[in-house]
Amino acid sequence: MKNLVGNRLFWPATVLVALLLANFLWNRSFFDLTVRGGNLYGAPVDILRRAAPIVLVALGMTLVIATRGIDLSVGAIAAICGSWASMYIISSADRASVGVVLTAVGVALLMALLAGAWNGFLVSVLGIQPIVATLVLMVAGRGLAQVITDEKILYPDNSPAYKLIGGGYLLAVPFSILIAGGIFALTALLTRKTALGTFIESVGVNPEASRLAGVRARPIIFLVYVFSGLCAGLAGLMLTSNSTSADPNSIGLFIELDAILAVVIGGTSLAGGRFSLAGTLIGAFIIEAMDAFVVIAISARSTDVFKACVVILVCLLQSARVRQWLLNVLRWGNRPTRRDNQPKPPGSPPERSTVQTRSAGSPTDAGAPDTITARST
Amino acid sequence: MTTTLSPAGAVQPRRRLSRRFEQYTQIGMTVLLLVIMLIVGNLLYPNFTSGQAIMDLLGKNVFIIPLAIGMTFVILSGGIDLSVGAVMALGSVIAASLLQAGWSAAAVIPIVLLAGSGLGLVVGIMISRFEIQPFIATLAAMFLARGLCLVITDRSIAIDNDFFQTLNLAHINLWQAETVNLRGRVRVSDVYTTPSVGVALALLVVAFVVLHYTRFGRTVYAVGGNEPSSRLMGLRVDRTKISVYVISGFCAAVAGLLFAFYTASGDPVAGIGYELNAIAAVVIGGTLLSGGSGYVLGSMLGVLVLATIYAYKEFDGDLNTGWTRIMIGVLVLFFIVLQRLVATRRR
Repeated sequence: MKNLVGNRLFWPATVLVALLLANFLWNRSFFDLTVRGGNLYGAPVDILRRAAPIVLVALGMTLVIATRGIDLSVGAIAAICGSWASMYIISSADRASVGVVLTAVGVALLMALLAGAWNGFLVSVLGIQPIVATLVLMVAGRGLAQVITDEKILYPDNSPAYKLIGGGYLLAVPFSILIAGGIFALTALLTRKTALGTFIESVGVNPEASRLAGVRARPIIFLVYVFSGLCAGLAGLMLTSNSTSADPNSIGLFIELDAILAVVIGGTSLAGGRFSLAGTLIGAFIIEAMDAFVVIAISARSTDVFKACVVILVCLLQSARVRQWLLNVLRWGNRPTRRDNQPKPPGSPPERSTVQTRSAGSPTDAGAPDTITARST
Repeated sequence: MTTTLSPAGAVQPRRRLSRRFEQYTQIGMTVLLLVIMLIVGNLLYPNFTSGQAIMDLLGKNVFIIPLAIGMTFVILSGGIDLSVGAVMALGSVIAASLLQAGWSAAAVIPIVLLAGSGLGLVVGIMISRFEIQPFIATLAAMFLARGLCLVITDRSIAIDNDFFQTLNLAHINLWQAETVNLRGRVRVSDVYTTPSVGVALALLVVAFVVLHYTRFGRTVYAVGGNEPSSRLMGLRVDRTKISVYVISGFCAAVAGLLFAFYTASGDPVAGIGYELNAIAAVVIGGTLLSGGSGYVLGSMLGVLVLATIYAYKEFDGDLNTGWTRIMIGVLVLFFIVLQRLVATRRR
């Protein structure tokens, strides 16, 4: 039991289950799945489908955050890719042709790759702070999208192949869920079955120590931004395909915030280091389940207020000071020891101690040098 | 006083002199950039730098000025505030909805200012007391403010209050200027500005005095420069950090009021992306994004640079809005790389 509660995924999963239960209490047909025309429909499917682009962006964001970075430009990259693919499909002679759609998707993803490489270059080679470096593309990217579409809203309709990406079904399941699931599995495999995940964590925990241990930070940091760009591009294609419209001003607007929120709810600390892909997945589902609940229980207009409250709550729970205070309240009667009252050394980062709590038996631990827990500042 | 005569000693004064000017490199670049942009504009479009066009650089972007001022305080202290655009919208919406409910302007204005400052206070406490990253705490505030806007109203509310209407229409004539129109006729017209510009400039003066001539201002620089050292020096770091977010919230509320004056309405979706404009203005104005170095007057120059870019778009009807954003992005990149180079040289 203690093991279960101690698991990092315990609290996010509990919140998700509670939200789904709340949804069910308000709307008894919430879990009803229907099969119409061989395809699966229902509220849970809707939640999964709406979460798919957020999951994609959040996967990239998880790895970026694990290296102590942040990628603010994902919404803009999504806008560039969605706009370009829509533009190409509309201006082609045969919208329905699979070849046209494949070219559009291929080139759009290449653009996403370039955009990610640009971010990676600024962060890893020029050494600019991530939040600042990605801000450049966040500002300029939407401008680029506007230039691509000539300030128009595009409607890439009559193209079943393109519609499939975000709004279509394959094997009775929405195709976007399959894409997101596939990328999730691939990322999990690459980071957990190879040393890559450990490298990413070690760079995030202590770049200097990992350099001494022989891990070259630069290519790894570069790589995570490229990956984040690719995921964002794919999400942009998904969003424009699902709504059959591409407005450079609104594709993926605020998706970076949703993605960061999903990562934080999933238990990955913004201070970098240990990351949890499964947590991010649950985080994205929590966001969508909460939106669904707020819409049916209160009103669609108040979803943002609730999202804000959740961000604040989750951050407060992650804050070392609040945890200490809660512990003191739980140990009611036991006065805080003198040690607890001692002021923390200035500049000491919160929560570093959690880094080492990973169970010793996990395969990814094998190559991790012990020194990475010491942070040199 | 011992004097050591070393070969390096001879070089030192010159180096010190260059050091002294080095801190003005960035702001010098901004001034140069602004002048070049105005000259280019003048070559491309007739009347680009005529009296009224210059005054309109301020008049049409007046609500970005307070946002940039507030953002300067926050960035100087080493933080960032992503909520300013949303707080601005919230300010205008609160004002419009209360006025619609029949409140007087004298009651509404303090309430709006209090709301902005209050939200800033909450954010500041989250950041300094609970050690939440500024970026994520202000993000939450952004969601909260935007969400509250939408809870209050999901459409724009018109304001028909007398005081707001008067300010909406008020012109302050400054001088008379001649402009040559496309047909070659010379027209004499008044060059005017608005009271809102006066409010924004007054705020700028106050911010300048506070930052450069008060203990609080020096503490802001110290906290941004090196937080652990300023804590060891006994400076009130927590209080300063909370204060800068209160200031930023207050400035955003002022921007909301100016927006309400300017458009005579409260709009729940106003100012989306304005936090980026404010950050861009501060960066272009030469303030280090890592904190501790910069000038609020530089941010004002940054606003003028942004305003000139928008003026390009206005003078040239065919220009895609996208290009203004790309231009802002390129300028931000240029100044960030410049900062990076200066920082490496210092080390």
